[in-house]
Amino acid sequence: MAEGLSRRAALQLLFMTTTAFAFPQTLLSREYGRGEGMPWGAAAGDVPYYGIPDQRFFNADELSAVRAIAARLIPSDEDGPGATEADVATFIDRQMAGFYGRAQHWYMQGPFEDGLPTQGYQSEHPPAQLYRLALAELDAYCDANFGLPFSGLPENEQDGILTGIEDEEITFETVSAKTFFDLFLENTIEGFFADPIYGGNRDMVAWRYVGFPGARYDYRDFVGHNGARIDLPPVSLLGRPGWSRQ
Amino acid sequence: MVTRLESVDVVLVGFGWTGAIMAEKLTDAGLEVLAIERGPWRDTPTHFPTTFAQDELRYYWRHGMFQETAQDTLTFRNNRSQTALPMRRWGSFLPGNGVGGGGVHWNGQTFRFLPSDFVARSHNEERYGPLLEDMTVQDYGVTYDELEPHFDYFEKICGISGQAGNVRGEFIEGGNPFEGERSDHYPNPPLRMTFSQDRFAEASRQLGLHPFPGPAANMSRAYVNPLGVHLAPCTYCGFCEKFGCGNYSKSAPQTTIIPVLMRRNNFRLKTNAEVLTVQQTPDQSMASGVTYLDANGEEYFQPADIVVLCAYPLSNTRLMLLSGIGEPYDPETGHGVVGKNYCYQVMSGVDIFFEDEYTNEFVGAGALGMIVDEYNGDNFDHTGLGFIGGAYIGCWTTHARPIESHPVPEGVPSWGSEWKKAVRENFLKHTSLSVHGASMAHRTNYLDLDPTYTDRLGRPLMRMTYDFTLNDRRLTQHITPIAEEIARGMGGREITVNHRRGSYDSMPYQTTHNTGGTIMGSTPVDSVVNRYCQSWDLPNLFITGAGLFPQNAGYNPTGTVAALAYWSAEAIVNQYLRTEGPLVQA
Ligand SMILES: Cc1cc2nc3c(=O)[nH]c(=O)nc-3n(C[C@H](O)[C@H](O)[C@H](O)COP(=O)(O)OP(=O)(O)OC[C@H]3O[C@@H](n4cnc5c(N)ncnc54)[C@H](O)[C@@H]3O)c2cc1C
Ligand code: SF4
Repeated sequence: MAEGLSRRAALQLLFMTTTAFAFPQTLLSREYGRGEGMPWGAAAGDVPYYGIPDQRFFNADELSAVRAIAARLIPSDEDGPGATEADVATFIDRQMAGFYGRAQHWYMQGPFEDGLPTQGYQSEHPPAQLYRLALAELDAYCDANFGLPFSGLPENEQDGILTGIEDEEITFETVSAKTFFDLFLENTIEGFFADPIYGGNRDMVAWRYVGFPGARYDYRDFVGHNGARIDLPPVSLLGRPGWSRQ
Repeated sequence: MVTRLESVDVVLVGFGWTGAIMAEKLTDAGLEVLAIERGPWRDTPTHFPTTFAQDELRYYWRHGMFQETAQDTLTFRNNRSQTALPMRRWGSFLPGNGVGGGGVHWNGQTFRFLPSDFVARSHNEERYGPLLEDMTVQDYGVTYDELEPHFDYFEKICGISGQAGNVRGEFIEGGNPFEGERSDHYPNPPLRMTFSQDRFAEASRQLGLHPFPGPAANMSRAYVNPLGVHLAPCTYCGFCEKFGCGNYSKSAPQTTIIPVLMRRNNFRLKTNAEVLTVQQTPDQSMASGVTYLDANGEEYFQPADIVVLCAYPLSNTRLMLLSGIGEPYDPETGHGVVGKNYCYQVMSGVDIFFEDEYTNEFVGAGALGMIVDEYNGDNFDHTGLGFIGGAYIGCWTTHARPIESHPVPEGVPSWGSEWKKAVRENFLKHTSLSVHGASMAHRTNYLDLDPTYTDRLGRPLMRMTYDFTLNDRRLTQHITPIAEEIARGMGGREITVNHRRGSYDSMPYQTTHNTGGTIMGSTPVDSVVNRYCQSWDLPNLFITGAGLFPQNAGYNPTGTVAALAYWSAEAIVNQYLRTEGPLVQA
């Protein structure tokens, strides 16, 4: 890498080179063949888009609410770590700042209609915008009913509100509260269990918790386990445990 | 401005499994072949090496290798009284995109349909009398015996790991006693089974059933295929279906055919180029070539003597409709053929939770499983049951990727402390059975062009109108309890039966086994193509894929898809090139 590049610029560069994935996969038309053999080029690996720490979407209030909701969906308790230890909020924040939050790969042309349950996601808002509108309404609802934002409420009140949204007893004006809840739960589970390169599942806490060995790729020695436990410490795409940041 | 290019002998639309098969056979016959693929180049060392292939978020949840709905999607409704809405993000199926197509990220469960599946109408009517009203089931027009050499060849190209049950009429212990007669064994022995399969096999035998290893496109040992391409032993990595294999252990176009094709001077491939239409000669008697759009938005006309659609059933049907070839199907009158007989797969299953034993399902492979076939096709007496067809029941151990698979027993809430604890307790102690049911054609299930929604180029999206039929419901009600009985015999603490009830839901993943729309048959009145997969309308237009199936059987489709492609390629080389006309007189 060129000398004198600031860390930030270097990160930006890194980001630029990994955004190939953020665009619809129609970068270049190419022709192959005519007996040339399999194409190959140095450093041609199609590395993942994983977001970088600088790339954030939520403001401070939104981030507090996201942390609080995630912590109720996957609580930290005596049985083990939850969304907080796994830093699910950072995962969601980065996802919302990237192609996923913008629904860049999704068909987002109208007209928009509510649709039937068998027809799936029909919101006119990409995920990030859906979060923004829903989180504002959630805090407004909590403020009107309890005089505090969601993150300031006791856990049992928070659980009651989330249950109300899930059961469609609490609804929002601008967006479907239920659609928001379903997407939030999906993203929380993703952030809990995804590879740590995406910012959640910090130090592989979730994999350790359930006993998933992670990004290993060879279990030939274990096929004949015959019902006995296989106890292997997890490995991430980032490497082995001692190597990761605290 | 459309740029006209120099003519080629053959243009292939799409370069997945069937594109690679066609390209290999047609270049081998000396033809100049050009494949045009909508998606990017993809290969093992660059796109899914073992250093990052095992990324659950990227490849499955962010659809790393699938078609993007932003590029093309469908609208969906259960029936004609509803308004179809676009599938804005994929759910129930995941169409492939890019070199290798779905062949890159399939499981590799590689079955042959049963002989009776190819004659579903005549066979069942002869044995049981008339079919249910409005079932538009028909015979394929080609038989198992005609396809047998091609099944055999594809199994050798792929290096399928399996146990034959019937070789030249001789029954072999441990294989599928119901399978059609084979000319040869599988090229590789079965994969090694895990605890879950052992329990399943034991419980099935207790019930008098005959379990056999699922035929797998995952290598049980190092293998060299008839084209000289090398595959390596599978490592049971558990990142197989929905992912590319970093080990060269899963048969995909890239690991079996493409390396050879890329050395042939008479083969070319264009990537990131989307075919828009099939063009016809002015007198509409022949296809003249295809138009396509490259990544810069430039449009080209590629003339060709032969056009083969290899773009997966959904794209093949849409291209036919957008190009105005063949009469679109009208469910009101029953006339027309393009878009007719859309079928799917009727899936149900059973979850089994163990108390003391560990299933460790992260040790798995895309097609690692034991199967029983007693209740598939017409392997059992359907007298008085009110349905035809059947399902295999299988215990596959493919993975325990935690975002996708964190099953909890019935009655556990879907979030919170209690959920979290149940996830932990069951994560390593769960397995499941799947009931892989046939899907029979019905007058009201079909594909056509949507009247409202368009793609990014302003062309109509395809519209899918689909729900499970009475035959499907009876089938799944009859066979799911048998899977339940097997599951109860496996020694777990508890089971959960996942019935297939209610309407088809386009969201939860079921299978990428979309069939019909460009069906084959014996007359132009009831099919798009003849028994050689040649268009009745334009004799130099051939179609591949599961869109040819008049209805879907109780198996994964690709073994049969490949056999049909080889059969059709052989007809092109040995018959069409001599006559350049219809191979069957209408
Ligand atoms: C997750 C998953 C698991 C599966 N598991 C199994 C299994 O275990 N067993 C089994 O039998 N089957 C399985 N399948 C199905 C299997 O992948 C398909 O049956 C098989 O790939 C079909 O071959 P095809 O050539 O028809 O389509 P594909 O292999 O998908 O190839 C079609 C190609 O055409 C291209 N294309 C489409 N439209 C255009 C256009 N307009 N212009 C240019 N190019 C275009 C696409 O980009 C694609 O590359 C699975 C599929 C998925 C997604
Ligand atoms: S399970 Fe085997 S065939 Fe499948 S991806 Fe892993 S190593 Fe490859």
